[in-house]
Amino acid sequence: MNAVHAKPETHDTILYLDGVSVSFDGFKALNNLSFYVMAGELRAIIGPNGAGKTTMMDVVTGKTRPDTGKVFFDGDIDLTKLGEARIANLGIGRKFQKPTVFENQTVAENLELALKGKRRVFENLFFRLSAPQQDRIDEVLNIINLADGRANQAGSLSHGQKQWLEIGMLLMQDPELLLVDEPAAGMTDAETEQTAALLKEIAKSHSVVVVEHDMEFVRALDCRVTVLHEGTMLAEGSLDLVQNDPKVIEVYLGR
Amino acid sequence: MTFLPKSQRFLIVVMAAAGFLTALNPAAAAFKDDVSALAGKSFKAKIEAIEKIAASGDERTVPVLDALLKGNLYARNADGKVVLTEKKGAVYVLFDPLTGKEVGQEAKGKIEKIRVNNRLRGIIQGALGGLTLFSNDAQQRAKAADAVFKSRPAAMIPILEKALKRETDAAVRTRMELALAATRLVSSKDTPLRLAAIKTLSTDATTEVRALLGSFAASSTEAPVQHAAKKALSDIEERLAFWNAVGNVFQGVSLGSVLLLAAVGLAITFGVMGVINMAHGELVMLGAYTTFVVQELFRAYMPGAFDYSLFVAVPAAFLVVGAFGIAIERGIIRFLYGRPLETLLATWGVSLFLQQLVRSIFGPTNREVGNPSWMSGYIEATGGLVLTYNRIYIIIFSLMVIGLLALLLQKTSFGLKMRAVTQNRRMAGSMGIRTGRIDALTFGLGSGIAGVAGVALSQIDNVSPNLGQSYIIDSFMVVVFGGVGNLWGVLVGAFSLGLVNKFLEPVAGAVLAKIFVLVAIILFIQKRPRGLFALKGRAVEN
Amino acid sequence: MAPSRPHLPGISFVLADRGGLVLLAVLAASAVLVPALNMLVSPESAMHVPTYMVSLLGKYLTFALLALSVDLIWGYCGILSLGHGAFFALGGYAMGMHMMRQIGERSVYGNPLLPDFMVFLNWKELPWYWHGFDSFAFAAVMVVAVPGVLAFVFGWFAFRSRVTGVYLSIITQAMTFALMLAFFRNDMGFGGNNGLTDFKDLLGFNLQSDGMRASLFAASALALALSYAACRFIVSSRLGRVLVAVRDAESRTRFLGYRVENYKLFVFVVSAMLAGVAGALYVPQVGIINPSEFTPANSIEIVIWVAVGGRGRLYGAVLGAILINYAKSYFTGALPEIWLFILGGMFIATTLFLPRGIVGSIPALIFPKWKPRLTGAAE
Repeated sequence: MNAVHAKPETHDTILYLDGVSVSFDGFKALNNLSFYVMAGELRAIIGPNGAGKTTMMDVVTGKTRPDTGKVFFDGDIDLTKLGEARIANLGIGRKFQKPTVFENQTVAENLELALKGKRRVFENLFFRLSAPQQDRIDEVLNIINLADGRANQAGSLSHGQKQWLEIGMLLMQDPELLLVDEPAAGMTDAETEQTAALLKEIAKSHSVVVVEHDMEFVRALDCRVTVLHEGTMLAEGSLDLVQNDPKVIEVYLGR
Repeated sequence: MTFLPKSQRFLIVVMAAAGFLTALNPAAAAFKDDVSALAGKSFKAKIEAIEKIAASGDERTVPVLDALLKGNLYARNADGKVVLTEKKGAVYVLFDPLTGKEVGQEAKGKIEKIRVNNRLRGIIQGALGGLTLFSNDAQQRAKAADAVFKSRPAAMIPILEKALKRETDAAVRTRMELALAATRLVSSKDTPLRLAAIKTLSTDATTEVRALLGSFAASSTEAPVQHAAKKALSDIEERLAFWNAVGNVFQGVSLGSVLLLAAVGLAITFGVMGVINMAHGELVMLGAYTTFVVQELFRAYMPGAFDYSLFVAVPAAFLVVGAFGIAIERGIIRFLYGRPLETLLATWGVSLFLQQLVRSIFGPTNREVGNPSWMSGYIEATGGLVLTYNRIYIIIFSLMVIGLLALLLQKTSFGLKMRAVTQNRRMAGSMGIRTGRIDALTFGLGSGIAGVAGVALSQIDNVSPNLGQSYIIDSFMVVVFGGVGNLWGVLVGAFSLGLVNKFLEPVAGAVLAKIFVLVAIILFIQKRPRGLFALKGRAVEN
Repeated sequence: MAPSRPHLPGISFVLADRGGLVLLAVLAASAVLVPALNMLVSPESAMHVPTYMVSLLGKYLTFALLALSVDLIWGYCGILSLGHGAFFALGGYAMGMHMMRQIGERSVYGNPLLPDFMVFLNWKELPWYWHGFDSFAFAAVMVVAVPGVLAFVFGWFAFRSRVTGVYLSIITQAMTFALMLAFFRNDMGFGGNNGLTDFKDLLGFNLQSDGMRASLFAASALALALSYAACRFIVSSRLGRVLVAVRDAESRTRFLGYRVENYKLFVFVVSAMLAGVAGALYVPQVGIINPSEFTPANSIEIVIWVAVGGRGRLYGAVLGAILINYAKSYFTGALPEIWLFILGGMFIATTLFLPRGIVGSIPALIFPKWKPRLTGAAE
């Protein structure tokens, strides 16, 4: 069943997916998916494997083109026509499911690469960090607890540290909307808690969409939850509400 | 140097003897005058004499005209007598053309060659053709008819008509009819006869008929005949274009089958395993050298069974080259999985190594690999289309190879395991499949097929250490164009590249055609980076 | 290398690169010494460098520059071009065309305008693309412009369509193969099979003279030093870090907002131009340019120079090119039949046992504490 939304007022939605479908060789990864996220909102997206969570992020960030449907950012910018770099520069940051950092460069260099602004070839040939930019890097290094390891190769970091470094890169990018794919995967309980706190902190000044499997983590985020199943939206609401939804229970526990 | 075959000289003597018996015969006397007239200066007179000689029906006609054509007929300066000559050291031995008897010797300066020009040559050939129209040998008669077709002397019309009456061989008959039609067309003034001739000619779509009708249509002044000729001409041109296209298709399919053989092994190693094997061409080359070795063994021990050598060479090449492939996989490639660019470089090293190895063992020059008798020869179809047997067999063979391979991949447990390992190595491993073994066997299979391709290529290409180099880029183009990991893609890729190449060649020339195809593929990859039959989805992206 | 990364001003990018400093010092010294030992020391002396050796060394330096250009794209941006010999050859042809025009009436047929091969083909007029090459300045521009434009067009298509990895390698090979076929054609107007040769002089100096040979050597050393510094400047800049980011995680770089195709295109064009310069310096020193320079095998060989030397370090490529070409000169002279065994073995051994090449692996074996910075090293 499809939850059909009336198109919301455009000026206050940061992300609006309208009837998006994607298929790979006949397999429908997304099937007429529609939902929206309000500006400044923290949203968790859950769903079993193959529900289309990662494909949804691919569509938003321009990696995958939808067969049908539209994706609007910040009210009325249609993302389905734009490339990844353009979308990123509009203000959408993405953290991957598998932490992806530049392994052969130092932690500080990773952050510097993510620094907002200056994306053209020739301006980077003669680029020098300004003092405020240097300060911002130091600041983020402190936030992600990597100040001591700033000169280490990113490839030598632990899995959890890489996750944090990637979140740090998102902070450097300072996007309007953050798409965060399974930030707590491979983390200890303490790290998971810290991550949740960090995301909530970030959500105070940004819109954040978090895809997550870990229900404890989602509970800690304490936000509106969207449940995806087989490429469509199954339910939406508070975590308690969706957990008691019979359709959701059927999907997670049935069979 | 003999100017006539011995048997023919003997014939003259015999015929001359017969001639004596009819010495007083007026026809025989006329023959003598005509031969003497050949020594005249005017070409017009010579033509007249030749036509008379040809029409005489005299048995000595053929040797005389033949000698004239070959430049062995001279006139003696002393008395102007026409003689046949045979060079013997510094002097010429002279024979009487009428009796065949030796009539003395002369130095070169004392005799003068009876000159002929091209026009004369055509007339003589036509005349000679007419004379052999009654030969007992059907092939001779067919040749004679063709000769008349080319020269078209009006004098041949009655002779051809006579010959046609007694002709029983259908094929020869057709050719005689064509010759008659051609001759009538150019020399007859009778409209219905010429129209009929055009009709007959239009049944034979060849470049010669096209040229004949073309010049006729351009020069003819008689409207209905000209119109008919033009119509027949356009009809023939259409059919020629059709047969030309058929020829191109055959050439293209043939090239495609070669590309297919060269590339199908790559479809396994590159397509299925993701290994860029730059030594693939050298594996093909090893297959060709295996054929050479097998044939040498046959020549040495079983020369009588040479025709069957390829049936031994195919499995031998598969095994030998497959073993090389397994050794390469176990020794080098398995350490480089997941690092395609490194694999590319290492296998390039292997290719240099193998080239030099073969050069050291077999020498740098081409080695002779023979065609068995059943592969030589050709079928000549209508419209000048020639299909050689070796090309036909290679087309069939390439289809058999890809068919067997498809069966192996789809229907056997090895194929199933192979696909399992390539799709999810860890999962396959945990289900008890020995992934290392499967890798080695898969690579061995791809290499073995390269070896088999080498057997086929040895039949149409030079077997040298550089054999592989000439195929490696083409075969990568096929795989990249067709789409990786897909036998169907390789099949379509190979034949389309072959056909495009052969259809471009007549227009652009071989080199430009090839350049064009390369550029087209480079552009094509921009549009479809994963080839014609690409897989889609998230799994492909890594 | 300093662990923290506040940028030092000015030429810090050179000072921070110790291997590069050694290289630049060696180049500067040999640019002076080799010509001096050739021209000032008497031929009887053991210190004398014969003229043929000057040209041979000069040839090695042009190969080193070519290897440098490949390392810039392969080592730092992960673009494995198997067609870089094409850019080298195009640069060489541009210079060859200039020297061809300089022959003038001294040619065999004595035609003041047309090179011999055109007279031989019965051509009456100079083809339009041969105009202007009588000027050295024009030819010098073409030396970088032609490879640059080809790289731009090829890269513009390839990178925008995201042709990467082995697919890119294969089509670069197809590119050089197609060019080879084209240049073999007499109708192209580049001398066909025989190419361009019989050059007489350059800038008014006889190409056979010792002074010219020494100057060409010094020019090659200078070109290599300047190109090295330029490459070092590029890879030390933030642009260089973007390139490494593209090499290691291309799609991640896109999601940071970088137009990856533009970065690749920039570095590919720069690299092609450097290769063109190398070709232009190569041709006067060897005296001939023909289509065999386009052979795909040549281009692959360049890659192995870089791999053996150690990719992603710039000076590694220089070292590898000189070492392998020295070995090639030695073995093809002394033991020609085993050279391909050695070259083939080198490809295999390097990829299996020395994935970081000589400069990336050997020091680590000798000095276990020495840890090369990995920025350049791949994977």
